[in-house]
Amino acid sequence: MANEVLELEDINKFYSGTLHVLKGIELTVREGEFLALMGPSGSGKSTLLNILGCLDKPTSGSYFLGGQDVSTMSDAELSSIRSRYLGFIFQQYNLLPQYTVVENIEVPLIYQGIRLDHTTKKRCEALAELVGLGLRLDHRPMQLSGGQQQRVAIARSLVNRPHLILADEPTGNLDSKTSVEIMVMLARLNQMGKTIVMVTHENDIAGWARRIVRMRDGNIESDESNEPWPLPEGAPELPVHLLEGAA
Amino acid sequence: MDPLSLALIAVLTGAIAFLLTSDKGRRGLELALRSLWLHKLRSFLSMLGIIIGTSAVIILMSFGEGSEKDVLDDIKRLGTTNIIVRSVKPPEDANSNMRQRVATYGLTYDDMDLFRTIPAITRMVPMRIFPQETRRGAKGHNSRVVATIPQYAEVNELKPVQGRFLTEDDEALMNNVCVLGSETAKNLFPFEDPIDSSVKLGQFAYVVVGVLADRMPTGGTGGSQAAEDFNHDIYIPLSTSRGRFGDRIMIRAAGSRSMEKVDMHQITITVQDIDKVRPVGTMIREMLADAKRHPRQDWALTVPLDRLELVERTKANIRQSLGIYASISLLVGGIGIMNVMLATVTERTREVGIRRALGAKRSDITFQFLVETMVQTGIGGILGVGFGCSYVFVHALLHSMPQFSFLFQDGSPSPILHLPSITWSLTTAVGVGVIFGIYPAMRAAHMDPIEALRHV
Repeated sequence: MANEVLELEDINKFYSGTLHVLKGIELTVREGEFLALMGPSGSGKSTLLNILGCLDKPTSGSYFLGGQDVSTMSDAELSSIRSRYLGFIFQQYNLLPQYTVVENIEVPLIYQGIRLDHTTKKRCEALAELVGLGLRLDHRPMQLSGGQQQRVAIARSLVNRPHLILADEPTGNLDSKTSVEIMVMLARLNQMGKTIVMVTHENDIAGWARRIVRMRDGNIESDESNEPWPLPEGAPELPVHLLEGAA
Repeated sequence: MDPLSLALIAVLTGAIAFLLTSDKGRRGLELALRSLWLHKLRSFLSMLGIIIGTSAVIILMSFGEGSEKDVLDDIKRLGTTNIIVRSVKPPEDANSNMRQRVATYGLTYDDMDLFRTIPAITRMVPMRIFPQETRRGAKGHNSRVVATIPQYAEVNELKPVQGRFLTEDDEALMNNVCVLGSETAKNLFPFEDPIDSSVKLGQFAYVVVGVLADRMPTGGTGGSQAAEDFNHDIYIPLSTSRGRFGDRIMIRAAGSRSMEKVDMHQITITVQDIDKVRPVGTMIREMLADAKRHPRQDWALTVPLDRLELVERTKANIRQSLGIYASISLLVGGIGIMNVMLATVTERTREVGIRRALGAKRSDITFQFLVETMVQTGIGGILGVGFGCSYVFVHALLHSMPQFSFLFQDGSPSPILHLPSITWSLTTAVGVGVIFGIYPAMRAAHMDPIEALRHV
């Protein structure tokens, strides 16, 4: 059995004291899993993702990330956990408009306290190349299409060699063709051993995952493994040699 | 350089060194510049308050410096180791029998002999001053005769542009020679070389031996000293004046004339060093206050050093009030910047959320926005210093050019760049940045990352 990346024990979350959003969630994610978190709006999946992402704290319960209990950590410690162990992919891409592609990929390194130099730049360029933006290193987000922006976001989520990649509706703003491209990329990353937890409400998208967890009213309704969609014929291989050096 | 500006410079260079050398500082600086460049007009407008504030400080302080220099120059022309004693015509009491046909008053040769007993005095220059028309052929000039001794030139740092000043020989031999002030020379000898020509004062002719350079009139600072224009003077040896004019002087005024007997109108006493000026001044005052010698107050004593110190004291007061104006304008500028930063923080809520999600600590966010405000006020300060300095420079330049004299009021001071105010205003500007940047930066840092990410 692979190592546990994260383990949730009896996670409860209340909003404004009375609104019970998460009701005793128990969840374990192991290394190399690709988990899709599904559920209607209000089911608590976003809250759960925020807790997994150390952006929010549970009201009660324990959250072990890589063996450390993060549920009692301070804001500064959580920031440090985010910069070291987590990679984020958002629905809105959330790139910084004043930065170029490479500079956007560098941002998590800054907050890890790594000195930016030639080596880190090379690595970020390699990651940009990995996601197919090798020719657009100096472009700014405004000059890129949605799909391209999301690829930059994927490269950014890899730069700190995270234990866990958290994706919040990564294809929510993309057309179906681009969505498939992005999902193929995530599936490839997962094949290469990256652990991914993704929130989505589309069955098509969830179909790319190996495990699907459905939530309803703050409870886990079902938790089953899934045979992911086969990678389409002729889908581009990720240049793995870049990933070896880069991520 | 005063310790305050030194400390401020140290803090400023420390902050700059940190921003330039440390990795975090350099990145913060770069990020701040980029964010400001993204909204050029807004950044400039919010800087405007600081620009106006700093340039106002520099311009005000430079004008203060300029007018102060005018006053100090005036005083220094009188000499800081000098004591000036003058004869003053006392008011005549109409009903008393003290009324004399010939008004006798003022400093006497006896007084001067008495002063000679004070060892600290190195030099005494007596002067007799009376108006007398100077004639050369048909030309006349209403000049002021100054009968004095050769040392007068040393005391007043006079330089003849032509010929020489009076000499010891002139004094000893009662030579009929004279030295002309620049205006007197210009009036009497518009075209010719005055040297060795003769002019007539009263009944006697005097040979011109020298002409003096143009001399700045005194401003009559402080009121105890009348304003004087030396350029209409004509200088003759003191001994000659006693011989030729006698001790009585006839003053003709429109429709009347009066006689005066005054030994000396002024004695300029030079003391060997600055510490002795006050004690000697006191001694002279006591000597003159003797009722047997001077039953009435017919003398006045001026110690330029006293006035110098008075000016130094008022300087501090002026500085203080200028400091208050400056603080107010910088305060207003700071509030403007804070306002803009608060709007900026709201506008960039999402950026804050993204950075937080990617691992930025609260302190990183605070630092980012704080540096941005500091850079903004710093640049505003530098622009303000640049504007203030150029204004002072241009004003002083125009002031010095006669063809632009119509722009300025007579006697208005020319500004002199006040260097400490540059460092002072610059550090205050950056300080304002820190103070007014803290609140918006903290507000950004304490936003909930989840809310911030959801912000549109």
